[in-house]
Amino acid sequence: MLVLCIESSCDETAAAVVRDGRELLSNVVASQVDVHARYGGVVPELASRKHVEAISVVVNSALEAASVSLARIEGIGVTRGPGLVGALLVGLSTAKALAWGLGVPLAAVHHMEGHILAPLLEAPLEFPFLALAVSGGHSHLYRVDGIGRYRTLGQTLDDAAGEAYDKVAKLLGLGYPGGALIDRLAAQGNPEAVAFPRPMLHKKNLDFSFSGIKTAVLQHLGTYQQPLEDQQIADIAASFQAAMVEVLTRKTLRAAEQEGLARIVVAGGVACNSGLRAQFGALAAEHGAKVYFPSPALCGDNAAMLGVPANYYLENGRHATNLVNALSSWTLDMAGAD
Amino acid sequence: MISWQTQTGSPEETRCLGELFGGLAEAGLVVLLSGDLGAGKTCFAQGVARGLGVPSGSPVTSPSYSLMHIHQGRVPFYHFDLYRLSRVDDLTDLGYDEFAEGDGLTLVEWADRMTDGLAASITVCIDPLAGQQRRFRFEARDNRGRALLEQLDVRWTASQGPSRTKSRENL
Repeated sequence: MLVLCIESSCDETAAAVVRDGRELLSNVVASQVDVHARYGGVVPELASRKHVEAISVVVNSALEAASVSLARIEGIGVTRGPGLVGALLVGLSTAKALAWGLGVPLAAVHHMEGHILAPLLEAPLEFPFLALAVSGGHSHLYRVDGIGRYRTLGQTLDDAAGEAYDKVAKLLGLGYPGGALIDRLAAQGNPEAVAFPRPMLHKKNLDFSFSGIKTAVLQHLGTYQQPLEDQQIADIAASFQAAMVEVLTRKTLRAAEQEGLARIVVAGGVACNSGLRAQFGALAAEHGAKVYFPSPALCGDNAAMLGVPANYYLENGRHATNLVNALSSWTLDMAGAD
Repeated sequence: MISWQTQTGSPEETRCLGELFGGLAEAGLVVLLSGDLGAGKTCFAQGVARGLGVPSGSPVTSPSYSLMHIHQGRVPFYHFDLYRLSRVDDLTDLGYDEFAEGDGLTLVEWADRMTDGLAASITVCIDPLAGQQRRFRFEARDNRGRALLEQLDVRWTASQGPSRTKSRENL
């Protein structure tokens, strides 16, 4: 089945063409420079208006890149939530209109099920598995028993991991994107230079808390009398990264053990972090687990990741009607229930 | 200007202050919250949610990336965060005007990032002091805000006992 996928839940406007929920034919994200150039002018950041301006260009680019005409599309997959209602509605309205106009079925997908199923676009992966979803807005652990069968095991109680990275980058006077800059600096620093806290590491539950690490960095910076030298900044970045990575990896492996799962998916924007990937690689072997990371283009927000669940829902007759509404708050456990 | 200030000594005490505040809040109240990174804005918001009766199974997390979260309590809790925004237009696109002064409590973190200023009944500024201590400065901008601060003062004093240092101005 040839499925056109549309995503507009937060900052990115994205579209993709995916065949049979496995084969990626195109994957276009509006923040890509070439797309910007095609509708001209400066893109207003973060605005629903931006999605409106970008959506048709992005959809057309995805079809062109896949060398597929609209008439050949057999189903539409779209993010229903969670996210900003104004932003979600742009993608959802476009998807409904296309499905109605083409006379093809529509599938309403949860943004996070797209993220955690993204590895299935690149390699075979059997259910059940454990998923760690880490991004600017999410830090969740899920048990995944199949497409549409999810259970939340834990989540952050304050800041998301990606948010902590970006805010600490700001405290260190680094630019944007903060997460990537800290990751790069961390490779040049001493991870044992500063003993930042590992919040929640020894609590039995599977929740996270990253706000305290951020505040600890802030307090540590207050102890310096002089402007920081480059090596000191690298040492703080490395020590911060060590704390984040230790909490994320150890709690994830503990969750996998508790649930008796040997396969682990790490998805979302923070899954690009090289320190996190390396540490998971090292620890997973000790625990007899195998860890799957999506390739970088499928880690950040994109539409291709919707292809896996959308294809499944479409082929199994779990179609959304034209009355389906956007859901700003929607726990993953409720996804696939319609 | 009607102002009231107090101090907390730990994140949990900050949540307790927020809880008392949330317990007094009514639909339509708009609260602007400011304070630097790590000041405890989200921590205060967690307390407010508790006071509004938001179920503990729905954690109140930082909306810095998602820009806003909606929680269901005694009245809806509209939790905005302007950390990534800089223009009033961005806020309009979020539908802010439809939420603010509507059927719920609207709390806006990083409100000081909007130079144009937003309409509100109460502003709250958090200043980090030594260690985990934080100073909270509340200002009422209308009669409704003033009434709420007067009640907050009474309840907070009762919850703290007589030993706390605290200052009152113009109440």
